[in-house]
Order: sequence, then C-alpha cells, then structure tokens
Amino acid sequence: MPTIYIDNKPFDVKTGKNLLEACLSLGLDLPYFCWHPAMGSIGACRQCAVKVFKDEEDTRGRIVMSCMEGVKDGLRVSINDETAKAFRSQVVEWLMTNHPHDCPVCDEGGSCHLQDMTVMTGHNYRRYEFKKRTYTNQYLGPLINHEMNRCIQCYRCVRFYKDYAGGKDLNVFSAHNHVYFGREKDGVLQSPYSGNLAEVCPTGVFTDKTLKEHYTRKWDLTNAPSVCQHCSLGCNVIAGERYGKLRNIVNRYNGEVNGYFLCDKGRFGYEFVNSENRITQPLIRNQTIEATAYDKLIQHAGKLLSGHTLVGIGSPRASLESNYALLELVGKENFYQGIPDDLAYVEQKIVDILESGAIHTPSLKEIEEADAVLILGEDIWNTASVMALAVRQSVMKTAANHTTEQIPLPSWQDLAIKELVQETKGFLANVTVVPSPLDEIAAVSMRAAPDDLARLGFAIAHVLNPSLPEVPDAGEMINTQAAIIGKALQQARHPVIITGTSCWSNALIRASFDIAATLNAGLAFVLQECNSLGLAMMRAPSFEKAAAYAEETTNITAIILENDLYRCIPAIEADTFFSKCKHIIVLDTLHNRTTEKAHVLIPAATFAEADGTFVNNEGRAQRSCQVFMPANKEIRESFKWLSDIRTLQTTAGNGHERNPDDLLLAFENRFPKFAGISKVAPPHNFRIHGARIPREAHRYSGRTAMTANMAVSEPKPLQDDDSSLSYTMEGYRGLPPAPLIPFFWSPGWNSGQSVNKYQQEVGGMLKGGDPGIRLFEKTTTLPAFYQDAPEAFVPRPDKWMLLPQYHLFGSGELSVYTAGIASLSSGPYVSLSKHDAERHHVRNGDMVSVKADNKTYTFPLSIQESLPDGIVLVPAGLRGTDALSWGSWVNISTEIV
Amino acid sequence: MERPLTSNIYPDRPPLNLKEYEQAGGYAALRKVCSGMSPAALQKLVQDSNLKGRGGAGFNTGIKWSLVPMGDEAPHPKYLIANADEMEPGTFKDRVLLEGNPHQLIEGMILAAYAIQADTAYVFLRWAYHEAAALLRKSIQEAYDAGYLGQDILGSGFHLDMHLHTGVGRYMCGEETALLNALEGKRATPRAKPPFPQISGLFGKPTIVNNVETLCCIPHIVNNGADWFKGLSYSEDGGTKLYGVSGKVKKPGAWELPMGITMRELIEEHAGGMKSGFQLRGVLPGGASTDFLTVQHLDIKLDYKSVAAAGSRLGTGTMIVMDDGTCPVGFVHNLQHFFAQESCGWCTPCREGLPWVEKILLAMEKGEGRKEDLELLQMHTQLLGPGNTFCALAPGAMEPLQSALKYFRDDFEKHIDHKKCPYD
Amino acid sequence: MLTAIEKKAIDHEIELVPYKKASVIEALKIVQQHRGWISDESIEAIADYLEISPAEVDSVATFYNLIFRKPVGRHIILLCDSISCYVMGYRLLHKALEEKLHIRMGQTSEDNRFTLLPNVCLGCCDHAPALMIDKDLYRDVEPALLDDILKKYT
Ligand SMILES: Cc1cc2nc3c(=O)[nH]c(=O)nc-3n(C[C@H](O)[C@H](O)[C@H](O)COP(=O)(O)O)c2cc1C
Ligand code: SF4
Ligand code: FES
Repeated sequence: MPTIYIDNKPFDVKTGKNLLEACLSLGLDLPYFCWHPAMGSIGACRQCAVKVFKDEEDTRGRIVMSCMEGVKDGLRVSINDETAKAFRSQVVEWLMTNHPHDCPVCDEGGSCHLQDMTVMTGHNYRRYEFKKRTYTNQYLGPLINHEMNRCIQCYRCVRFYKDYAGGKDLNVFSAHNHVYFGREKDGVLQSPYSGNLAEVCPTGVFTDKTLKEHYTRKWDLTNAPSVCQHCSLGCNVIAGERYGKLRNIVNRYNGEVNGYFLCDKGRFGYEFVNSENRITQPLIRNQTIEATAYDKLIQHAGKLLSGHTLVGIGSPRASLESNYALLELVGKENFYQGIPDDLAYVEQKIVDILESGAIHTPSLKEIEEADAVLILGEDIWNTASVMALAVRQSVMKTAANHTTEQIPLPSWQDLAIKELVQETKGFLANVTVVPSPLDEIAAVSMRAAPDDLARLGFAIAHVLNPSLPEVPDAGEMINTQAAIIGKALQQARHPVIITGTSCWSNALIRASFDIAATLNAGLAFVLQECNSLGLAMMRAPSFEKAAAYAEETTNITAIILENDLYRCIPAIEADTFFSKCKHIIVLDTLHNRTTEKAHVLIPAATFAEADGTFVNNEGRAQRSCQVFMPANKEIRESFKWLSDIRTLQTTAGNGHERNPDDLLLAFENRFPKFAGISKVAPPHNFRIHGARIPREAHRYSGRTAMTANMAVSEPKPLQDDDSSLSYTMEGYRGLPPAPLIPFFWSPGWNSGQSVNKYQQEVGGMLKGGDPGIRLFEKTTTLPAFYQDAPEAFVPRPDKWMLLPQYHLFGSGELSVYTAGIASLSSGPYVSLSKHDAERHHVRNGDMVSVKADNKTYTFPLSIQESLPDGIVLVPAGLRGTDALSWGSWVNISTEIV
Repeated sequence: MERPLTSNIYPDRPPLNLKEYEQAGGYAALRKVCSGMSPAALQKLVQDSNLKGRGGAGFNTGIKWSLVPMGDEAPHPKYLIANADEMEPGTFKDRVLLEGNPHQLIEGMILAAYAIQADTAYVFLRWAYHEAAALLRKSIQEAYDAGYLGQDILGSGFHLDMHLHTGVGRYMCGEETALLNALEGKRATPRAKPPFPQISGLFGKPTIVNNVETLCCIPHIVNNGADWFKGLSYSEDGGTKLYGVSGKVKKPGAWELPMGITMRELIEEHAGGMKSGFQLRGVLPGGASTDFLTVQHLDIKLDYKSVAAAGSRLGTGTMIVMDDGTCPVGFVHNLQHFFAQESCGWCTPCREGLPWVEKILLAMEKGEGRKEDLELLQMHTQLLGPGNTFCALAPGAMEPLQSALKYFRDDFEKHIDHKKCPYD
Repeated sequence: MLTAIEKKAIDHEIELVPYKKASVIEALKIVQQHRGWISDESIEAIADYLEISPAEVDSVATFYNLIFRKPVGRHIILLCDSISCYVMGYRLLHKALEEKLHIRMGQTSEDNRFTLLPNVCLGCCDHAPALMIDKDLYRDVEPALLDDILKKYT
C-alpha cells in the first residue's frame, strides 16, 4: 500500500488509483468535473489541479491534474498550495464566463455539482464583462430536457451516453468554445439509459422532464430509500415526494446492484403512484361509499371469509410482507402464485437450482466484471435493461484488460485505454430468439427457437465437458457455434451465463445450468417482476391450479393480492375462474380488469407509500421504505389490511404481526429459507443517539406554510411506526446505515456526487456494506446435470409457435402510467420471419390475425428479418392487450392491405 | 555552403521527377540501407547526427525512434507519419520541400519507416496545399512503380505502403496526437500522454510522427554520415535549417542555411533588411506560438538552445517580423483570434481562456480597454502555461502575448489611456 | 443516397483503413467534392454507408473548418487572415472583397457565385497577403488586382 503525503501529512492509499480518487476516498474535498468514478479520467476540465513535488526539497512543485496522476509511494502532493487553489478557482471562473447564472430558474439548483464546485473553489466574483455565447436547445423527447447554455463542456454526457452505454444519437458537435452537446437534430433520445444524463451532467443541461411537470427542489423533497418496481433486477432508487405527489426517482448507489445508473423505465416509470386511476377508497359492490369505512369493510370482508372456501392469489409484484400476510390469512394450502403454470414451472426450476447450492448466481457488479458472457435465450435489453448495461461494461472492460496486459495502463486512464483498445471487444455471445442492440458488441449473435437455443446450450455443455451427452442430430450450425462459444467460455476466468424466463422455456434453464455448472461459472437469471423470485421461493401452486380447484369446489371466496390476472393468463381462463368464485376480494393500487370483478375492492399502498421487502433476480432481499403517507387512511399496505382481517378472523394474530418486523420474523420462522429478511434493514425501533433518520433535508422549506391554506398552525409531524425514518427534517445528521439512506447529501456536496462520502472508497461499496441480503450462496453441493436436450424445433406447416416480444417501454404494467413512457411505447403488431412472410405473400403493414385462446387478434405485420421460421411474435403486456398462451402453437391468417 | 535539402529545388522549374531525382543521387540512401544496414544502425546514425525534430519541439529524432518497440514480438502494423499539416501562422517552410522535391520526402519517409520497421506510412497534408497533393500523389506512384514502395523493397524483404491523407482544416491536426485522431476519422482532439504514440499511436499501434523537414534530412544523413551532418551546423544542433522571414522586409522568403546563423544575418542579408520607412520592433522567431524577440536579440544564434536562452523558441524557424507601423496590440489580437478559433474545445483553460483574451485585446484596440485588463491578460499568460492545459496549443498561444506584455507594455497602456489605437 | 461514383471513391478509402468508420473524413471530403457542401441528407447517407450513426458523422463534420454544413456558392474565396497577411494588409482585401461582392465574411453572394470565408495561414507568408479561390492560390494580392482575379470565376 503506497504512502503519499498530502500537504505534508502521510496517508496510506490503494495501489492502482489516481490521485483524485485517492483524495476523495480519504474524505478530502477536491473539485472535479470531467472525471466520473464509473467512467474514469480524461483530464479535460482541468478542475482537479493539485501541486506535486519531486521530493521534500522541492518547493516549487508543478501543477498536475490529480485525475491523471497515478498514486505512487512517496508522492508528495499539495491540495492547499496557493497556486493550485488559484488555478482551480480560475477554472470555475472560466467555466462561468459563458454560464447563464440562472440558478433560480434552473432545475438543477440545489443539487448542482457546478454550484458545489464553485463554492468549493471559492470563486465568487466574475471579471468577465463580455457577451456570453448562447445556444439553441433541442427537443429530446418526453423524458429529458435540454438547456445547452448551462453547459460547462465536461464531456460527461457523451462519455456516458455513447461510450459507456453505447447510445448513438447524442454527440459533441463543433469545436473551440462552440462545442455543443446534443443530437444531430431534434428528436427523442433513443437510448434506454438517457435518464442518467440528468445525474451525469454536473449542471442543468440535461434534466428530468417528468420532474419539471411538478417541480420540487431537492431540499424540499421528502425522500426514502426504495427499490425499483419495474423488473426483477431490483435497482436501488431514491423516491422523492412533496404535497402528496411522488416527484422523482433518482439513483441510489448500490455497489453490487445498479451502481451509478438506472434505466429509463425505472427512473421515469413512477407516475402510476400519482395516477387518477388510483384506487383511493374501499368499495363494496352495491353499497354506498359510507358503508365502506375501515371497520365496516374489515367486518364485511371477515364475513365473506368465514365459512367459505378460501383461495388466495399472491403476486410477483407485491412485497414479501403482503404475500406472506395473504398466505397466513388463507392458509398455506390455499395460497397460489398468481402466475401461469408454464411460468411457474420455469421459475420453480430456477428456485430448485438456486436452492441446490450447486451454482453461484452473480450480482450485476459481478456481471460487469465477467470476462466472457453467454446470454442464452433472454432478451435482457428489454427485460433487464440495467443488466444489459452491465454486460456492455463486461465486454468493454475485458477488451481493456486484454490490451493493458500488454501495455500497462491503469484502468482509470479512460482516454488512453480507448485509443489502445480501438474496436476490440471482450467475448459476448447473444443467442436469443430476437435481435437486440447488444448484438453490435457481440462476438457471436444467433437467432433460434427456444428449443434450439437450449440444444445449443446442451451442445456447449458437451463441448466443455465431453462426459455430458452429445446433442442428438445437432447439425453443423449448432456444433460450430457450440465449439466457438465453448472455447471462449473455457478460456475465461470469470465467465457468466445469463438466461431467464421470457422464453417460457424450461429447457433453456436446464441447459444454462449444465454450462455454468461445468465451468463453475456464474449463472444469472432474469425473471419478470420485482418480486418474482421471492414469490417463487414460497413454492405455491400456479394460477391454473387455483382455477382447477375452483372448478371442483363451491362457495369460494377469492382474495387477489395486487395482481391483474388478465395480464398473466388468457382472458377466457380468468373469466371462468371469476365466474366460479362466490366472493371476490381484490387489493390493488390501480383500477384494472381484475379490480372490476371485485365484490370488495381494497385500496393498497404503492411502493412509495409502503414498506416492503423484495427479492431480486440475484436472490437479494432488499427493503423499500415508505416515502410518504398515502392520501388517506384507507390506502394502506396490503399486508396491513390482510393482517387486520386476519386478526378479526382468528385470535391467532392478536394484532402483534401488524408491524412489518414482526411479520418478517414470523415469516422467517415459518420458512427458514427466507432467513435474514428481517435484517435487510435495521428494525423499526432503531435509533442513533436516540434519534431517527430524517426523510427531509435540513433545508426543507415551507413546513409551517405548506398547509396554511387549511390551517395556520403547524401540523404535528407525521409518525411512522414502521421504520426508523422520520417525517421531519430533524434527527440524526450523520451517515445512516446503508439500507436506510434516504438521500445523498454531505456538507458542501448537494448534488448526487455526494455519494462519494457514503462509500468506503470512491466507486466501492457503501460504508457498512451494500444493502440487501443474499438468500442463496453456493455450497459444496455437486451439480446434478440435466443432460436432457429437447428435440429440435420443427416449424409446422400451418401452425406457429406463439412467443412474446417484450418492450422496455410498453410491456410494464405500471410504468406506462407515465405519459412520456406511454408515448414511447410500442403499439401492437405481429412479427413473422422474412421467409414466412414471403411464403404468405405479406408485407410490412399487412394485417395478420393470430388465433389464440379462442380469440382472434388482428395486428399489422412487422417483419423481423432474423426471426426463426415457424415463430410468431406478439408484444407482451401492452396496455389493453390480453395475455396469451405463450409457447403454444397457434393459427394465423393473413389479410393483405 | 552546402544546402542538401534544397540543392535540387529551383524556384522557376517544376520539381524533379523520379528519374531526375535518381540522377541527382536520389534513392541512393535507400539502396545503401537496403543492402544491409540494420534498423538499429540507422536509428543510431540518426541519433548521432543530432538531428532535432523540425516540427517545433526540437526533440532528438533518433532517440524518438528508439522508443518504438522492435523485434519479432513488436505489435504490427506500425506506422510512420509525415506531419505536413503546416498551419502555424507565419510558417511556410514545409511547403518549399513538398512542392520543391517530393521524392526527397518520400525517400526520407521510407528510410524512417525502415528504421522503425513500419508497415504503412502516411503523409498528413494540409488541405490548402493542392499543388503538393498532386505532386505527392504522382511521386508516390512513381516510387511504387520503381519498387521503392510496396513489397520487398529493393530485395531487402522490407515492405511499406504509403498513402496521402489531406486534412480538412484544423490547426490542431498538426499536434501529433490530434493528428492521429484525425487520421482515424475522429475529431482532432489531442490524446493523453503517456502512452506516447511510439507505443500506442495510430489505431492503437506504435507510430512515429515526424515533421516534413525532419524527414527530408534523413537521406542526406545516410548518404554522408552523422559527422558530416553535424558539420553543416554552426551550433551543436545538427544540420541545416530552413529559415524563413515574412513581414515588411525587402525580400521575404525561405532559405536553407546552417543551423545557428544569427538573426541579424537572416533578416539583414537574406531578407534584405526592413522595407524602407519601417523599423524592426519585434520578431516571432519560429511561428505564431513563439515569444517575441526584439532588436536587442538580433545577434543571437538561431539554434534551439540559443533562442531558448533569449527567452523564446526556435519553433519552426520561420520568423514573422513586426515593424514599427504595426500595432502590437492588433498584432497579438490577430494571433489570439487564431488560437481561440483553433482551440479544439477539449480543455477548459484553452477553450474559455483564449476567447476571453481575444475579447480583451479587441476591446483594447477599439479603445475600450481598462487598466484591470492588463492584469487579466497577465494572469492568462501564467495560468495557460504548460501543464495547466491538455496540450501545447494554449501555452503556445501565450508565448507571444506574454512577451508582448513585456516588450510593448507601453503600447498596451497607451491604448487604455488614450482610449484608442495610437496606430490608427 | 450516395451516387455510384461517390460510393466507389469511398470504397477505395475504406480499403486503406482497419475499419469502415475510420474513413469518415474521406467520405465527407468526397461527398463535398461532388455536391459542394454537406447537407443533413448527405450526413445520413454517409452514416448509412459507413454503418455509424448520423450523430457520429456530424460530430466529425462540424469539427473541421473546411467541411461546409451550409450551402456555399460556386466558388469559395478563402482569405488568409493570419499574422503575416495581417501585417501585410489583408484587411484592405477584406474590405474590398466585401464591397465588391456585397457580402460579409461568411456569406454567399446573391448570384451564388462566391462564398467568402476567412482562412488561417495559407503557408505563403513570404507572399502575403494571400487568398485562395477554389484550388487556385493568389499571392501578393493587392485590392487593385481583385477585379482581374474575380473575373476568372463565373
Ligand atoms: C497545436 C500544435 C500544432 C502543431 N502543428 C504542427 C505542424 O503543423 N507540423 C509539424 O510538423 N508539427 C506540428 N506540431 C508539433 C507536433 O506535435 C510534433 O511535435 C511534430 O510533428 C513532431 O515532429 P518532429 O519530431 O519531426 O519535430 C504542432 C504542435 C502543436 C501543439
Ligand atoms: S490546450 Fe486544450 S482545448 Fe486547447 S487545443 Fe489543447 S486540448 Fe484543445
Ligand atoms: S476531473 Fe481531472 S481534469 Fe477534469
């Protein structure tokens, strides 16, 4: 460990770091702009200047950019040197020569890195007296706002958008002091990671347009640590509220999960919380609203339950707490997962594998650090967007590591590494049904039907381990690809295999397991919803099992937890099920087709109004905390409603499981495999020096005036009995435990860059460890290989295999409530292969009818060049469309327009 | 007095074609090297000749080459690039060589490529040199046809391809790492050093960038030896130098002269002295990005060390003379306008500092300058110094400004005090 | 859409570099040579041909001085405004040209005959002031000579 001297004081620092990182990791303040912990150094802004000295005798020293200077033993540095200080403050003065000084009207104000650095360097008096140059702004779509005059040319936007995330439509134009960052012309930003620009940009050039609609300064938000609800990765987010509206989502750093970045669905898909379509009152069919006060409702529900046969339908998007509360209410034997049988079967296989301990499942961070990746059958671009970003980093980093093995360069030397690496890439095989932008960086891209993908997988396993059986009649294509992929995986030190449930194929999971187990590689799974894995771990039967039970039973009261069944099973099956139920109780947040069926409708709190624990795809249980109190007392966490009903129902509950901690403890006791979930975050009575952790910044304004239109006396702060977070600005001001960080702030660091102060070292884990508890770890268990390759996929003469196409924007149930996301969502269509389309003499735009589940769906054709023959794709989960029997064989007919 | 670089250049005649060049002794050096001189020996020879890079920085060429990885393990392809971007205001020496004797450059390039065992060579030519472009295209083809380029050159087993690339106008393209980016089809912003181009250059491969004049010296060193080359010079830097003079002198022009002649000789004899009615006030000795020298310096030797000792740089050796009828403020403003325009926009001090300097100078010229402006200018000359900016453009820009503030301060003050330009 | 001739010329350049996109500057020059300037459509056509994004092409195109992203006249006058020409009086030429062509620096004459642009040092400082029209270089230019020079360009 090198010792360096900063202003004559010795410090031990980590090898291989640059001076800027080292200083920040030591907790010292040093301003910077162009450097970013995830993107390394380019030395452009010249903000991070320090002086270095040759030795103790050297008193003159020379100015260097700390981000471009590696640490080495004995290095002597001065941050406080007067010339270095003067230079740093001059850099800000230069940057401000053209900056509009429009903080009062700028959305960034109060969370602005430029403001922070300006104060830090001490620049405050402008000597520049000439006209400023001005730019025109661009329309960049519904999610991101553009205000170029505020630009300080740090190049971070293009480096993130283009280099880090692979986006194509944002760039730098022109030269000298006219450099311009934007698109080549106005238009919607195409990258699904565009929202990160709002955080990456150190000033107000790129800002969150959805926040603008209901703007609130960072210091005026009430915040809490949350977990993204929009896919199975469980990215950590911070949600902010004011006046009862959820205002924005920003990234909550978790070194193992999402790091610094989110996808646009996660960042912007929060508006459902504010939707007009929210269920805000309990409703009992045919009763007046007055009749549905809390007590009446509980009693009524109690009546529907007692003496009836109970069926509880859980939900992959509801918290563990709520699912468990339902299970306890209806009894384990009456609890069903609200997902289709085929999917439950695939998920069960995943749980089997994870529980066996025979395999390691990697975090997103580990995927980033993989040196060879095989994606088998999962369209992660659309189903696990931030994982696709991690895969891209793996590909880029591997290439960099290969090259720097020959010519040693520290990993933070971004500019030099890029020039050295040029176009070489690390190994990625993207073998899937549908193409994705990942193909551009893939060494192997291949399209095939799910069974053929699984066959390729088994063939790879055979290449890696010849004692595993050969795939019968594999054919040249599969054998050649298997050899190439197998070889690359074999040469890698940290290979990762990624698969998932979106092909609804069990064989893919088995094949992926065989490969990963042979290689001792990481095996990552992608599931569908934010708590799919948590629910699957409860090993409850599928929806079809509930339907079959309802078929042969009478007097059923069904309780459906936060689950629109019409989105997961064909309408006809849902209709039949509901027709068999005598009473239907539905708890949910938004009106949907299932809530229409409810006899009793109970308003559930959204993630922002609730505490909840979710298990992500990695088996990491994570806590999401309540951000704000729901609009009225009747909107409550589902588990609270369910526990209250249960208390009335039996004496067992006695009311003491109403506290989420108790509930989780009971859950753990009953299902030991969930051990640890109660410790994902500190308990509700956790205090530091007797104080709670405030959800509000100490500059929170208007507390005495916010509700003055209703009452002039300052309201008593709201009380949160469920957690150690408080609804005030008072409380503990130091670093909270990592799972309870409500927002990132540190003296002098108002922007999100303050996360540096929360990390053990810059870009490393949060102090106290990254949040979440992994429920599965690899053990010494030996793998039991599956070895059962499916038959080859054979297109049928007049039937098509129906498969879902997921869309990042559109397939999500909740995210489309954000108007911007809805406007970018795909419309319905049908896809056939080019060859199949030719065979049927249809062209793009012709109407194609798919007959599935006794219904006919007619949508325009959109030919997918590389789709395998014999497959018909229909987008899944679009608003207003039905769930279909994915994976079944269907008829289609065509009509030429 | 020997003039190896220009002895075959005649102002009123077209340049030598291949045959004429051969008759004048051309490609003999290449033959000599190909018949058994090792790359290492060639590197050593050039190093011994004390040839210093003529692109401005004056680094020993042989030493620069010696940093390229050699041997079987070395990465390939390797590249050799002739920097013919010549856009430094006041500089017109490479043009003389390009238009006057293209084969000399080509031969020099082949030799340099041989010394580092490069596979491909490029001439990076500035766009405006249309005549040179046509000549080079023709001459490269001639060299291919004669077997001086291509596979197995003169039976030596060495192979080399050569291409001409013409730029699209940016002073930055002359900076060697920005030049590499331009050749790769990117924006000509400079690269981080280290790694140096010798290790990671064009397309990430080992690359040498040399100035045209530097490369033109190589055949002569090979033909005549290191000692001969050193002997051409009046100073410790080897060789002759193409010096030039522009401005209000009687006979502006460029001449090949022994390295180390005095400034007085250059201006008074070769350039014929000042035009009548004009006095010399200052000289930028080596292009726009060098410090002013004045009458008191007329007797210094024009070699790298002596000019540096006088507080300036030899730079490109083509000097711009400022006469007493020219306003120093306007003169410097013109330079700063150039540098501000040509800043690539990568680093803050240059991108934001130069336009500010330019605006202050413009205001001064218009009589709108303030006393504080002198301090601001002074501050910029200090803060845009080497190490503070990403590349050498901005520090270069500050050289004429800082020396103007030193030597012509009263002119600046007069502008401020009288609220107008005294030369108008 | 690129023409067959343009494509052929670009193909040649592609052959000389390790990957297609490295020839983008050459492609821009080729297209500009045929069309006089680089329109948005040209940017897209080049992007398409080199399999990179239009933003990438435009990022490069707008960096360089001599890629014209706006229409230009039939002939381009590049007037050197660098230091030796400054000393030798280019400002008189500048004024004279603006008066004769009724345009300011950066503009195109109404008859679309000339576009007048400033240019950095043309590398003939010993014959300053200098200007270049299309590919023709004029040295030691005096305002009185301008009429004769301009006459040659229709
Ligand atoms: C802004 C800038 C512009 C330059 N322009 C040129 C140029 O036009 N021609 C040139 O040979 N060197 C130029 N140089 C110097 C080159 O970077 C490089 O040092 C030179 O080409 C090396 O060749 P040499 O070793 O033969 O001198 C420039 C440097 C800078 C910083
Ligand atoms: S000093 Fe900076 S902005 Fe100026 S040209 Fe060099 S890198 Fe570009
Ligand atoms: S952060 Fe070091 S130069 Fe920008």
